[in-house]
Amino acid sequence: MSNVTLPSAAAPRTFRSSFFRAMRNAPGPTFSALVILALALYAVIVPMFAVNPFELSGMSVLDAFTPPFWMADANPDFPLGADDQGRNLLTAMAYGLRTSIIVGMLSVLIGLVVGGTLGLVAGFVGGRIDALIMRFADVQLAYPALLLAMIIDGASRAVLGNERSAGTAITIVVVSIGIAFWVQYARTIRSSVMIERDQDYVSAARITGRSNIGIIFLHILPNVMAPVLVIATINLGIAIITEATLSFLGIGIPITSPSLGTLIRNGNNFLQSGEWWISIWPCLILVFFVVAVNVLGDHLRDIYNPRLRLRS
Amino acid sequence: MLTYTASRIGQTIIVLLIISFIAFLLVANLGDPLSALLSADATVAERAALIKQLGLEQPMLSRFASFLTNFLQGDLGTSYRTQEPVAKLIVERLPATVELAFVSLIFTIFVGIPAGIFCGVNPKSPISRGIMLFSITGITLPNFVVGIALIAVFSVQLAILPSFGRGETVSLGFWSTGLLTVSGWQAIILPAITLSTFQITFIIRMLRTQLMEVGQSEHIRFARARGVPETTIWFHYAVKNTLLPVITMLGLQLGNIIAFSVVTENVFAWPGLGSLFLQSIQAADIPVIAIYLIFVGAVFMIINLAVELSYPLIDPRVLRRK
Repeated sequence: MSNVTLPSAAAPRTFRSSFFRAMRNAPGPTFSALVILALALYAVIVPMFAVNPFELSGMSVLDAFTPPFWMADANPDFPLGADDQGRNLLTAMAYGLRTSIIVGMLSVLIGLVVGGTLGLVAGFVGGRIDALIMRFADVQLAYPALLLAMIIDGASRAVLGNERSAGTAITIVVVSIGIAFWVQYARTIRSSVMIERDQDYVSAARITGRSNIGIIFLHILPNVMAPVLVIATINLGIAIITEATLSFLGIGIPITSPSLGTLIRNGNNFLQSGEWWISIWPCLILVFFVVAVNVLGDHLRDIYNPRLRLRS
Repeated sequence: MLTYTASRIGQTIIVLLIISFIAFLLVANLGDPLSALLSADATVAERAALIKQLGLEQPMLSRFASFLTNFLQGDLGTSYRTQEPVAKLIVERLPATVELAFVSLIFTIFVGIPAGIFCGVNPKSPISRGIMLFSITGITLPNFVVGIALIAVFSVQLAILPSFGRGETVSLGFWSTGLLTVSGWQAIILPAITLSTFQITFIIRMLRTQLMEVGQSEHIRFARARGVPETTIWFHYAVKNTLLPVITMLGLQLGNIIAFSVVTENVFAWPGLGSLFLQSIQAADIPVIAIYLIFVGAVFMIINLAVELSYPLIDPRVLRRK
């Protein structure tokens, strides 16, 4: 039996093997994935060991405006320099990036759950409910995530007043970005569901006595997830940019629990006086992270795009 | 075609009614107009007079009706923040925003369209690859990062262009323009580049994809077989066929462009509608936010309706297909 060898073409195509093959053939996305991994580790590990620079113990006014390591008057404790309050930029950005990633992922999740549920219902039930949900989606289409999040933020200030706790402010940012995304998921899932609901396996499930909810979530949902996950990756980039923009405008995350946007907003005050590092470093981190997420998202879209797959 | 036009206009009006109803609900339910508009030592009589004047004692639907009639007559309510009519605030800020949008549109047309056509015609040339690389960064960079980078280079390092404000403006009665003074032009360059970055990169990518698709279609191949010169093929046969999708996609991006104008105006302290909107959000000035909501919706709906209804003018085949 030892002389029996399987021809390599018949080797089982596991997800992992095809994943690595795709990565070998695509150096850009591979590099992006490494960048994302490195930055995510930076955002997770540094806050475990370093003092929080946004608590009083983490600031030292004597070290304010320390420049990065290669310039005159640099301090080896502050390799990337310090801001106006003497916060170490290297650790401050790790905290900021952590907030940005958490906010981005949570808001994508909210959009996915809300939009996914509405899309499943609209596609499966059809009729008036479908029309109602989809007309509402049409109205919202005029307002991009950024604008909608701003409007929701303004409305929430009218309800809650301007003195909000950091937790409330973050929740509002997450929810308002998340709500902005639901339309895309709802439309995508609805159109897939309308194709899937007439398939034989759905009729079979119905004959076995499954309830509608069981059919929707156990049978149809797994079959329509691939394009949704691609949209989620692309939306993660948009969510992080939107949060950074809101925080930069001063209507997002408060400075007490910083994000990259608040760091850039603060640093922007010192750009004119020559302390460029306070705003440029967080700008660079933000750009690297978002570009990497987008390159990876585009790549996933090319892989999973059903239209492209049909053509080849 | 006529019934189609009428039904599309009807749908747009319904959507706009829904948007204004949402805006009305914001004004009616959020914030307290009495405490915002009355001084702290107002008498009960003053309070009652304001309730009567604002119509707060009437039922919801008749309040919505009067909200709409007032709106159509140009009475957009009173700002809680400045106590001034919203219409006056908007008229003051409108010229700055319109001029910024206009100049950035000119940049888009004179940079984006030629670059996009070049990339579509010569997709493999190194210049196209360079342009595409630039356009990837342009489409992913957050708007405010572009603005900060421009300020860091041109205002701080080179010190040749101002980083905030409109420069000197000239009043033309109802319109104050910055386009008649040297300092006004200097001031508008950086914000206009920032605002146009997204549009330019978007249009380059759209034109390139469309031209590459059209370039493989039959009528181009036949034109080439007939010996029509390459330039005529591209500019006469191909570019015309890309207009429809490019204009449609650009129309759908209008909401994004308006949002980016808010960010750009903030970065450059540009005294336009976007800055007004941002100040209103920070002050929870619901009447201004509500009007902005309607304004954005109306601009988006009307421009996209106009784009759709102009299809037959751009491409007569649309009519024949129906």
